Amino acid sequence: MATVIVVTSGKGGVGKTTTSAAMATGLALRGHKTVVIDFDVGLRNLDLVMGCERRVVFDFINVINGDAKLNQALIRDKRIEKLYVFPTSQTRDKDALRREGVDRVMGELRNEFDYIICDSPAGIEHGALSALYHADQAIIVTNPEVSSVRDSDRIIGILAAKSRRAERKEDPVGVHLLLTRYSPARVQRGEMLSIEDVKEILSVPLLGIIPESESVLRASNTGMPVILDPASPAGRAYEDAVARFLGEQRELRFARPERRGFIRTLFGRA
Amino acid sequence: MTVNRVEGGIFTAMVIGIGDPYDPALPAMLEERVSGSPGFFSDAPVVLDLRDCIGCTAAEDFAALKDTLRQHRLVAVGVQNATALQQRAAAAADLARFPATGGAGRRSATPAAEAPNPSRLVTQPVRSGTQIYAKNGDLVVVAPVSAGAELIADGHVHVYGTLRGRAIAGAKGDVSARIFVQQFEAELVAIAGRYLVSEAIAPEHLKRPVQVALIEDRLRITPGWNFSPVNA
Repeated sequence: MATVIVVTSGKGGVGKTTTSAAMATGLALRGHKTVVIDFDVGLRNLDLVMGCERRVVFDFINVINGDAKLNQALIRDKRIEKLYVFPTSQTRDKDALRREGVDRVMGELRNEFDYIICDSPAGIEHGALSALYHADQAIIVTNPEVSSVRDSDRIIGILAAKSRRAERKEDPVGVHLLLTRYSPARVQRGEMLSIEDVKEILSVPLLGIIPESESVLRASNTGMPVILDPASPAGRAYEDAVARFLGEQRELRFARPERRGFIRTLFGRA
Repeated sequence: MTVNRVEGGIFTAMVIGIGDPYDPALPAMLEERVSGSPGFFSDAPVVLDLRDCIGCTAAEDFAALKDTLRQHRLVAVGVQNATALQQRAAAAADLARFPATGGAGRRSATPAAEAPNPSRLVTQPVRSGTQIYAKNGDLVVVAPVSAGAELIADGHVHVYGTLRGRAIAGAKGDVSARIFVQQFEAELVAIAGRYLVSEAIAPEHLKRPVQVALIEDRLRITPGWNFSPVNA
């Protein structure tokens, strides 16, 4: 029986798709059969970040409408055997996500996969609600700044009220905080909220912090999830997050400003 | 060998609210409804809702209703929201009892006086965008209240935690209502319509335990739990 994980935030542009791609890849690398689904109908990005945009034939909306079967739309990742991508339509919009269709597709997916990751669009309307409806677990992607924290708080409230588990009065969705684009130097200068600030405001257990890193932009431009980049601190941090999600203990890395060598200080590189 | 079995099932049925079982307009009303989609309503089950019905106290009344319905290919299978007397008559006419739905049963002749609700207790964090209203009573929250959340009570509002959102006490106009907060960082506080926004609150009250009360038509904030009011 699969675990459905929604990656959501409320706020746009904080790292949901980057996180969905990295977490799905991480879980598949660990041997779990994983599918990552793009719920951002009309503004699809997941296929780009996963590097399979040139192999999309059928999509989520085709399957919901019965125009294609699930196995015609699922794209198997070329690098990792157990990883599949389920892209969405670019020409339609969120209204195409009809409840019965999504329910049926999720039911089929649950039989085939260990983990189903739902990459949510930003916002609190139909697209985001569809993405979170079936969730067993939720990763709340938050930047350490006030608007993102406020929006994350909102989406956590909505999860507690509008998920299927909430409707059926089952055990609540497990909520995990992922703090992305974290810069310890800026926290120290008082420009950014600290981990403790965010934890105090949101009262949600911390899954991990992902440091601000140029490698993330490179990763999306090359269509390679950042967790596959051995030189990337963000990639390493995502590995830690996957480990913690699976129940392992990992020390929190990237929370302190780096000790800068003299030469680096001289040349002022970030 | 074919076997019999007993199991549960869930079905939908049309509900007809009965006012007067002998109303001459009833057949016309049924005709209008059924003629729209005759196939759909053919031999369809009907539950009779008796919440507004004073009659229907004899089995003959139900027999007459069943006949009227049968003329439109509808089959009465049961009743809901019936009085005890109506229930007995219905049973004598082979009509089943269905549970009350759609508005909590019969409207009583004299509405009961609105009972004051006991204090409402909230123990989970109150997230941004959430609104909680404690009608006719106090609201007690033992969890953090986020910015963008609203706590509203006709009585007092107590927050044994951090209040970053809004607290509105005495929502129906009770000027004696108060607001008690363990860690005060509120966006706005209001009692019986008078309000103070965060900007108008003296900084020495922030992040402290406070009590807010309406004294001589002005909101006063008192540090701690003591009773001598100081300027807000």
